[in-house]
Amino acid sequence: MATHALPLRQLPQNASARIVSVAATGELGRRIRDMGLVPGTIVKVIGRAPLKDPVALRLLDFTLTLRNSEADYITVEMLESAP
Amino acid sequence: MTSPKITAALAGNPNSGKTTLFNALTGARQHVGNYPGVTVEKKEGVAKIQDREIHIVDLPGAYSLTSYTPEELVARNMVLDERPDVVIDVLNAAALERNLYLAVQFMELGVPVVLVLNMMDEVRAAGMTIDKAKLSRLINAPVVETVAKHGVGKEELLRQAMELAKQQDGTWKPLNISYGPDLDHALKDMVALIQESDFLTHRYPAQWLALKYLEGDEEVLEIGRTEGTLHDKLQEIVDNVSDHCQKTLSTYPEALIADYRYGYIASILKQGVLTRDTTHDRIARSDRMDKVLTHKMGGPLIMLLILYAIYKFTFSVGDIPLVWLSEFFDFLGHSVENAMPAGMLRSMLVSGVIDGVGGVLSFAPLIMIMFLLIAFLEDSGYMARVAYMMDRVFRIFGLHGCSVMPMIVSGGIAGGCAVPGVMAARTLRSPREKLATILTAPFMTCGAKLPVYILLVGVFFPKNEPTALFAITLTAWAIALLVAKALRSTLVRGPSTPFVMELPPYRLPTAKGLIIHTWERTWQFIKKAGTVILAISILLWAAMTFPRPSSQEARDIQSSIKVQEALLSQAEGGQVRLNQEKTEQLKAQVEALHGKFDQLALQNSVAGRVGVALESISRYAGFDWRLNISLIGGFAAKEVIISTLGTAYSLSEEQTSEEATLAKRLRQNPNMTRATAVAAILFIMLYSPCFVTVVTIKQETGTWRWAAFSMIFNTALAAALAVAAYQIGATLA
Repeated sequence: MATHALPLRQLPQNASARIVSVAATGELGRRIRDMGLVPGTIVKVIGRAPLKDPVALRLLDFTLTLRNSEADYITVEMLESAP
Repeated sequence: MTSPKITAALAGNPNSGKTTLFNALTGARQHVGNYPGVTVEKKEGVAKIQDREIHIVDLPGAYSLTSYTPEELVARNMVLDERPDVVIDVLNAAALERNLYLAVQFMELGVPVVLVLNMMDEVRAAGMTIDKAKLSRLINAPVVETVAKHGVGKEELLRQAMELAKQQDGTWKPLNISYGPDLDHALKDMVALIQESDFLTHRYPAQWLALKYLEGDEEVLEIGRTEGTLHDKLQEIVDNVSDHCQKTLSTYPEALIADYRYGYIASILKQGVLTRDTTHDRIARSDRMDKVLTHKMGGPLIMLLILYAIYKFTFSVGDIPLVWLSEFFDFLGHSVENAMPAGMLRSMLVSGVIDGVGGVLSFAPLIMIMFLLIAFLEDSGYMARVAYMMDRVFRIFGLHGCSVMPMIVSGGIAGGCAVPGVMAARTLRSPREKLATILTAPFMTCGAKLPVYILLVGVFFPKNEPTALFAITLTAWAIALLVAKALRSTLVRGPSTPFVMELPPYRLPTAKGLIIHTWERTWQFIKKAGTVILAISILLWAAMTFPRPSSQEARDIQSSIKVQEALLSQAEGGQVRLNQEKTEQLKAQVEALHGKFDQLALQNSVAGRVGVALESISRYAGFDWRLNISLIGGFAAKEVIISTLGTAYSLSEEQTSEEATLAKRLRQNPNMTRATAVAAILFIMLYSPCFVTVVTIKQETGTWRWAAFSMIFNTALAAALAVAAYQIGATLA
């Protein structure tokens, strides 16, 4: 099912992926996890801001936005896209 | 025996409909205050059920109970310190999984929790079903369904809360979930140690304390450190298990705990609590709106239009009641003037109290309209999109996407007002970015500075008025952003607060919520106007009035005014015959004498003397004492600069209001050159905000320190740039 791991920043639009690891620590790490970005969660990139940053994600039935620099701490593995 | 009143704490994520539910439960029986030491609002109210009252405290919206944001700290400390009988946790049931994360943390604490599945209408519309009974059984807490905006389910909620409070009767039963073998083991050891020596157990449940040690919670560790020897022992256990986690799992306890919490939630939901009809996409409508509203070209364009419309609406519609109010206070001033004999008391009442407070109260309609619109943007979900679109730009300057609103309202589009602007910074949840925004927004071209700019530009750059005014607005933006950057690299240093933010689905805000929200803000402002602002207003009046002039010249002027006025009144009474020409001449003379006297009085007052004394410094910027005094007067309100300047040029009130006269005097003054004008414009743009803004800064930052900073730093910056501009200008000329 799963393919290779990649940083969340590189996830193409509308592709779904499963979070493998979250490397952020401290305040950022806490914020990221509080919002449900923990290993195992499925996320999908649903949009990017007009200047390509921040990025908007869909996870756990809601929409979350974070900066590319923050997304860099998150590694995901792409899922075979469902038709 | 009458049972004691029950206290319930209302908790929940932002955008969970918590405030709407609070309004539905308490109606108008609310009280708004502040938690001591922080700018977080404390809202309380009373709900009634079966003749019994439940005291409800609305906790600030939070996603978690860590100690990073003031909101989270306030929420958990209220629960720890005041031990409410029950916590009512409002969940956006349409995003149940994430919303349960906060609930689980309350349960870890042990406080009795009632879960509220709010927004059930959205859940149903999305084709999701939640097995309420099963959830209740698995998570071991009462679960109530509501639709807060229609008040559906609120009686059932109150009944359940009352029931649970009675049943638990103040006993806390902390939830024990597994955090994995390593952490569970460490936790067990720590709990044993804590219980053995009663370490901090008067405040914290043992299990929760141990958990917070593992999470490395700053606040708890700080308290533990001062409390004695067990701290080191606990820390040692934490360090060991951290090391172990790092080596074997390359993670750390805090992350593990979060993972296991989410794991616990997922395991409950998977047991048939949450089922969804996959043909629906709940957020589909919202996503379609985002396709347009955050489109890479159209999005910013629409945003500009919306921001501009808000601005236009606020200041054009707000202008109507503003004019009424200022006319009313003018009328009040005149009435007092006519009803009382001339003298110091009358002068204080009219110039100090009525002009001062009246001037400030006239802002109330502006604030009201602006907050209504901002509340609409926030509650509808659009504000989050503004931040999303603007963040890339504002981040460069150490600010946040949400900084755009305060900047624009303050006068980013010329003609705003810094008072509602600074208040608008409340939408920023990032403390450092918020502070930098508050401190730089007052540089913008507010509606009171605008007439001063127009006067100066009209006199010294008569051919290029629109261009000059546009350049002034752009300069204000540039300086505000650069100063923000400078502040964020020095005094307000620190990494940018994580942006990680929810984009809530677009929703239509409820009228009731908007009105309550708007009224609270406006009322807070009015209360300020009645207290601090009144005091400062009187103080400023005194500084510009006392001491009264006593020189020979002043007395001579006063006596000739008396003689000539007597003559005039005799002429009116018919005792003395004067021809038309002679009367006019005499009237003009009296007016000129009044002007001259007022000038002397101003020059002689404390403010005047300071202005004169400052001439030795201000001449480097080309400012004479007249300009100095006006700038001091501008601290009361920037529009006062013009009227004070008029007095300083010994013009009477009527003459000043005909701007042409003042413009002529300025043009005739050989000391006033283009270089002076540029320096003066820069100075007015940047120097200390008016005192109403200063008071607002104090209110929004929670400390006088930043209010004082904005006065001192801004004035120093203004002086430096004004001198530089004047010197360059004078050299070029």
